[in-house]
Amino acid sequence: MGRALGILIWLLTLGTVVLFFSGWWFPTTITEHGPQVDQQFMITIIVVAIAFVAAQIGLGYMVWRYRANAQNKDERALYTHGNNRLEVIWTVVTAVVFIGLAVMGQRVWANLRFSEAPAGSFQVEVVAQQFAWNLHYPGPDGKLGHTDPTLIDDQDNPIGLDRKDLGARDDIVGSTLVLPVNRPAELILRSKDVTHSFWVPQLRFKQDLVPGMQIHVHFTPTKVGQFQLACAELCGMTHYKMQGTLLVLPQDQLNDLMARPKDEFQSRVEELKKMYEVGAIYDEQGKTKLGMSY
Amino acid sequence: MDTMVTSTEKVAQKKIGLGVGPQPPAPNDGRSRGNGRGGDGSSARFSPSKYRIGMWVALAGVAMMFTALTSAYIVRANLANDWRPIAMPRLLWLSTALIVVSSITFEIARRALKSGKSVVYNRWLLVTVTLGLAFLASQLLAWRQLVAQGIYISSNPHSSFFYVLTGAHGLHLLGGILGLDFLLLRSRRRRDEDNAGARRLAITDAVALYWHFMDGLWIYLFLLLFLWR
Amino acid sequence: MADANVLHEGQETVHRHEPPKSFIRKYIFSLDHKVIGIQYLTLALVAVFVGMTLSVLMRMNLTWPDVNWPLLGTIKPEVYLSLLTIHGTIMVFFVLTTAPQGGFGNYILPIQIGADDMAFPVLNMLSFWVTLVGFIVLIAAFFVQGGAPIGGWTAYPPLSAVPSAGPGQGTGMNLWIISIAIFCVGSLLGALNFITTLLNLRAKGMSLMRMPLTCWAWFTTAVLALLAFPVLLAAGVLLFLDRNAGTSFFLPAGLYFGRDVLKNAGGSPILWQHLFWFFGHPEVYIAILPGMGATSHILSTFARKPVFGYRAMVFAIFAIGLLGFFVWGHHMFISGMSPYSAMAFSILTLAIGVPSAVKTFNWLGTLWGAKIRFTTPMLFAIGFVSLFVAGGITGLVLGQTSLDLPMHDTYFVLGHFHLVMGVAAIFGMFAGIYFWFPKMFGKMMSEKLGRIHFWITFIGVYSIFIPMHIMGIVGMPRRYAQFSDKNGQIYGFLASLHPLVLFVTVAAIITFFTQFIFLFNLVWSLFKGKKAGDNPWEATTLEWATSSPPPHDNFAGHPPVVYRGAYEFSVPGAPNDFVMQTEPDAEESGSRAQQDSSGNGHDGHKH
Repeated sequence: MGRALGILIWLLTLGTVVLFFSGWWFPTTITEHGPQVDQQFMITIIVVAIAFVAAQIGLGYMVWRYRANAQNKDERALYTHGNNRLEVIWTVVTAVVFIGLAVMGQRVWANLRFSEAPAGSFQVEVVAQQFAWNLHYPGPDGKLGHTDPTLIDDQDNPIGLDRKDLGARDDIVGSTLVLPVNRPAELILRSKDVTHSFWVPQLRFKQDLVPGMQIHVHFTPTKVGQFQLACAELCGMTHYKMQGTLLVLPQDQLNDLMARPKDEFQSRVEELKKMYEVGAIYDEQGKTKLGMSY
Repeated sequence: MDTMVTSTEKVAQKKIGLGVGPQPPAPNDGRSRGNGRGGDGSSARFSPSKYRIGMWVALAGVAMMFTALTSAYIVRANLANDWRPIAMPRLLWLSTALIVVSSITFEIARRALKSGKSVVYNRWLLVTVTLGLAFLASQLLAWRQLVAQGIYISSNPHSSFFYVLTGAHGLHLLGGILGLDFLLLRSRRRRDEDNAGARRLAITDAVALYWHFMDGLWIYLFLLLFLWR
Repeated sequence: MADANVLHEGQETVHRHEPPKSFIRKYIFSLDHKVIGIQYLTLALVAVFVGMTLSVLMRMNLTWPDVNWPLLGTIKPEVYLSLLTIHGTIMVFFVLTTAPQGGFGNYILPIQIGADDMAFPVLNMLSFWVTLVGFIVLIAAFFVQGGAPIGGWTAYPPLSAVPSAGPGQGTGMNLWIISIAIFCVGSLLGALNFITTLLNLRAKGMSLMRMPLTCWAWFTTAVLALLAFPVLLAAGVLLFLDRNAGTSFFLPAGLYFGRDVLKNAGGSPILWQHLFWFFGHPEVYIAILPGMGATSHILSTFARKPVFGYRAMVFAIFAIGLLGFFVWGHHMFISGMSPYSAMAFSILTLAIGVPSAVKTFNWLGTLWGAKIRFTTPMLFAIGFVSLFVAGGITGLVLGQTSLDLPMHDTYFVLGHFHLVMGVAAIFGMFAGIYFWFPKMFGKMMSEKLGRIHFWITFIGVYSIFIPMHIMGIVGMPRRYAQFSDKNGQIYGFLASLHPLVLFVTVAAIITFFTQFIFLFNLVWSLFKGKKAGDNPWEATTLEWATSSPPPHDNFAGHPPVVYRGAYEFSVPGAPNDFVMQTEPDAEESGSRAQQDSSGNGHDGHKH
């Protein structure tokens, strides 16, 4: 029994490790901070793997080695109540490793969250609702117009844009998130109804959109392409298909898009979407496909 | 073999128990080993301190609930610019006076019980119950006054918290009044069992603890609602 | 009455508390902590089978969406979400809180400390009946208009606070809040009882550091429950008022639902999250600590070794309990909370891994140099250690702020918490039931069936929950009713996961049916099991110093006296390889003999 259990524990450990190296992994990242997140994840997962494998091998070994059987039935187990030196050693070692990891993990976090978006960021307001994404672009004046929930009209004015406001006249509201490559993007996240969460796996980025709050976040996309945007916070009945699109464009294409009249915006976005395969990554000019992100 | 146990015998036995050589430390007194001697079991079953400990533990839970509400109160007050404290109903001064006096009368009752004056105890307990009910009536009246002014639970966040906190406190106090009624009923009943007196005193102590806590809690809520900031 | 003292005539004068005579007082509205413990376990058993069935339905829908199932029909998204909500609520509250604490704690704790019942038997009875009412109210939510709520067991507002936010958010959600409030009251009554009993009713000689680790675990759990449940209760009251009285604790201005702007203003959805997780994180330890206690206890018993580092184990339990109150923010890194407090929460969170690791090291230390007897409870206890490591260690990933960016609310989280607070805790309970069943019913459970149950379940849970980590890395979000619809795969990046999804579902179904072997074993052993002696496992603690099942007052009027720590196995020179806590030292026997002559009889413990 002891041997069987020991072997089973080892096999399950092996299976777990194999599964982690079987090729299912993050989609390729398309942001500046993405590689740092991936690196921190790799470091952590290696520490986790070492601890996991060591503990399971140890457990399997104990179970195998110290089983009671016919040969040793007259012997007694070791009589010990523990060892204070060992307790101190493993407490200190795990404390150093664990807290060290936690501190290391703050670096990327600090870069992303402790600072405002850099000057010259591309600003978009993301307004989530059950079960769609509305993107609010400031237009040529660079100012996001005033909105008011009482002005919301589900067909014509999903975010309640106040058309009397001068700053709102040139604003564009669309259903596709368009961002320029290699330029910091600043998203202003808010929600009309319940809590949603902005989640694009390739961005290595997630943030809740909380009603009553305007949450400013920023990151820099570094690859061109079309990616799927998902909601990661349970928001109601069809949460599972609250799907949106993130389109990262070369600078010139974006400038061209933004310079066009308002009513051409959506049709041009549709054209651009056809140029980029969903999930694929392109170079900075958007000319060459570098491969799939997953 | 002795079947009857007197308290002196128990004390003596305890002394012996503690005096013997390398004994394991006895974590709780009033108990001794089940060695077949009559009487040990009765003290094993009854431990007056359980009511006191149990009440402190229960009060920790109550305190935690009001701590949670307080933290929500403070957070909510600073959250938006819709925080408009309601004018304090004057009646609350009366409530405060009633509950403070009720604590004092309860204390008089408890001391009377300790010195064995059962009749005095009953009388003051009854006064305490009356004061408690008067407090609740005064609170309800204060609610009525606010409603008459058009201030409802949903009017603004401060009024929401006012109703929630006074309501939660009132419910807890109602529990205290039930506890007092229990004491009153108990004192009508004659009990011949062992420890009846000690048990009665222990329960009274526990209820008193609860009552004083409710008194203090009200003063705290009063300060929080109307004097904080 | 439980506290009636009956004096026997004649030579032996023992205070016994006779059991009540009527069936109802004996088995239904019983004041006996043992009966109440079994009532709690029965409730948890019913609840766990309901919860498990819901999870299998969910797996079926995820794997084969839009299928018209016989009897069930198609599982619509809102039905899926109500299954999800009730699965989570049942498992967290009515299984993982009731079985380890209300069930085993109730039955075993008083006996292990040598008490004849809980400190407040009436409150104990009330706590069970209140909990049962809570369960019935929760299940009733399935049968009201709109069905059960769809907001998940965390009930984040505004989804949970606005009846028009979705089906099930009307009456169903009200019932959910009422059920949870009732549950809170029941748990608080229980916690109050546990703490008082442990502090006040320990047998002579049962100093704190001689208590079995199970008692430490139950005690710490009770303290956590005492401090955490009132907060949930308060939050529940506020949520209920937001829904039904027009207040705005959690609802901000300008919410737009179905053509209307709500009148509420000024509240904050994040306030709910803070209150909820202030309860919710300690709740995780409420679920797992008793499992840790049972595992330590059972490992030591069948390793025939004292627990390695008993003192360190006690401190670790305390450290986990204490730190458990300061890490709730790690559920909220990306909720919009201040990034600076997120950093503090992150560091505290990884710090809580230290006492958890210390416990693991000490379990391994306990096995080192052992002579392991592989009984079914031991298999499950070893399984617990393995699963606790597998599930707990990924907390190192999720506790880091920056790694939460990709990992939050994915299947990685699902794999993590199901392994550690779900199945590890359940393995602790399985170990407990196989271990204490002989004490509870005087019959042994079938070892053969127990082993089959263990092998399949152990492989099964690994197969279910390890692949979920992979799904999470790929990016699969949790709480999705389905991943494809009539137009095919909704999210392209999840397409490659289909074989894993199928694998997990098959593993889940096999594991589900395996649990019926356990159920059969339970019922069969109750009637046909081999008769168990008083101490079939040759264990040391007080529950084994009385008969199986114990008499109504646990020790038949002979309160035990404790002379040593809880885990004295393989003591060199001792006649047996276990020395019970009630066995006097040789030296002490001498001094006691002296005492005998002074009129005190020998203590009446039995073997």
